[in-house]
Amino acid sequence: MFNMYWKPSPLQSALLSSALFLICIGAYLFVSHQRHQENPSDKIMPTVSKIADGVQRTAFETDRKGEYRLWIDTWASFKRFGISLGLMGFAILLGLYMGLFPVVEALFYRFMLFFDKVPALALLPILFIVFGLGEVSKVSLIVLGVFPTIALDTYLRAKAVPGEQLIKARTLGASNLGITFRVVLPQIMPDVLNTIRLNFKAMVLFLIAGESLAASVGLGYRIFVVRRYIAMDIIIPYVLWMSLLAFTADLLVRLWIKKGYAWHRAH
Amino acid sequence: MSGKTMLHMEDVYVSYQDRQKRENLILNDIDFKVSEGEFITVVGPSGCGKSTLLRLILGAERPTRGKVLLDDREIETPDRHRGIVFQKYSLFPHLTVLENIVFGLNARDPSLLRRFWRPFRFRERRARHLDEARSYLDRIGLAGSAHKFPHELSGGMRQRVAIAQSLIMKPRILLMDEPFGALDHATRMEMQLFILEQWEAHGMTIFFVTHDLEEACFLGSRVVVLSQYYQTDAGPGQGAKIVGDLAVPGAHPKPTDFLYSPEMGQLVARIREEGLDPDYLQHIRDFNLTHRDAFRTVNEREWKQDACEKPA
Repeated sequence: MFNMYWKPSPLQSALLSSALFLICIGAYLFVSHQRHQENPSDKIMPTVSKIADGVQRTAFETDRKGEYRLWIDTWASFKRFGISLGLMGFAILLGLYMGLFPVVEALFYRFMLFFDKVPALALLPILFIVFGLGEVSKVSLIVLGVFPTIALDTYLRAKAVPGEQLIKARTLGASNLGITFRVVLPQIMPDVLNTIRLNFKAMVLFLIAGESLAASVGLGYRIFVVRRYIAMDIIIPYVLWMSLLAFTADLLVRLWIKKGYAWHRAH
Repeated sequence: MSGKTMLHMEDVYVSYQDRQKRENLILNDIDFKVSEGEFITVVGPSGCGKSTLLRLILGAERPTRGKVLLDDREIETPDRHRGIVFQKYSLFPHLTVLENIVFGLNARDPSLLRRFWRPFRFRERRARHLDEARSYLDRIGLAGSAHKFPHELSGGMRQRVAIAQSLIMKPRILLMDEPFGALDHATRMEMQLFILEQWEAHGMTIFFVTHDLEEACFLGSRVVVLSQYYQTDAGPGQGAKIVGDLAVPGAHPKPTDFLYSPEMGQLVARIREEGLDPDYLQHIRDFNLTHRDAFRTVNEREWKQDACEKPA
């Protein structure tokens, strides 16, 4: 079985893929059960029913302020993430122009390379000082963190488009604008989307870092607040919820690439 | 097939600096004239600068010295007056066959503002373009593949599409850089007949670079041999010159039998010796420049006045 020619059947494949999930859940349930037998009010590893209760309280019941916490937090984090994601459009544009126009390349390339190496988290205090503790500093942290990566990646991909394609487009009468947006951008778009997808992780990381330090609402804010009460029955569902959201976003982009760029996989 | 001169190159030199900052002469004093409707094939040893010559005409490269004129105007950048078919990467991988062919027609669409101003007129224009593209698709026999992507086509089909994509712009001259180089023998033969058919149907001018002598002699009405293997009064040659420029005898296009005729064999053998044999250094006096459009300017150092009569 353990050789390179063995191919699992669909059933085997399903079993193997779910094995590690099941083991983790099983181990958790087992240890949690053990701990509760020793100390029924254990807070470190709440039982499934306690977690369900935590979800019930945060998602379907209002808190003291009369708000459904989970949804309020999700919406706040989603907005910050979405705005940052929208701003990545500029990173794509910049990378594209850097790859195609030597003057833009000369102006931005070195700067972006350096900018990329600045640890974004170290900029956080500066952002807080300059922009205050509001939304702007949290969004700019995410943007500063991944903008150069996306711009540089787009730049490399735009440069990798064969020169023959650009020449061909010129012989067909295409303008600079036409070559940029009808020849190069659509060709590299699936790869760029892929890069953005892989950078979701970094974006979420910066989001939580920002929220944990200065926010009054948000998924990252909440888990750091309830940590003080060792409220694992809230933290665990929040972490799972964040993972699920990130996974779904990733899945959507993968589907977008698959459906929207059918030519890409085989090419 | 004789028309008026369209392309004119005179005293063209191309040299590059290599890593040691030495001048490296690639093309040495190229003089070249093309009449409308000619099917020119260019052959020569690998690395002699065939593709450089093509890129000069394309406008993707500028000569170090000399002039390259199309209809008396200097060629500066690639534009829609010269079509190009490369061996690879000629098609846009993200567009379907039909979209690839219609690309050039749509490239000069009105601005977004005008499109919204007159949406109906714009849609009509697009529809007209699609119709024209479909008629080209019919002509290359690929009407059934309109909505396929390039990667779904065979190598020969891909080159057909690339040719149609260029032809739809009605270029003054179609440049082809080893377009059939990556194809298997049978497909290659088929494509040779295809391009001859297109040449006859459209009456266009073709500049076709190949390393295959048989292909060059079969396709071309005029064969140009570019080579760095020659000698001058000043010593062995440096940089490639046009060492042969001849009309292929007989009517054009040739019947396929011509490929197996003794004439063909002799022609190929002669070109192979004069152009491709590194040990056979022909003197520039003896170049076979018999085509009626062939001409050259002479460099005094390479060709001493008293050694021989100056060519007309």
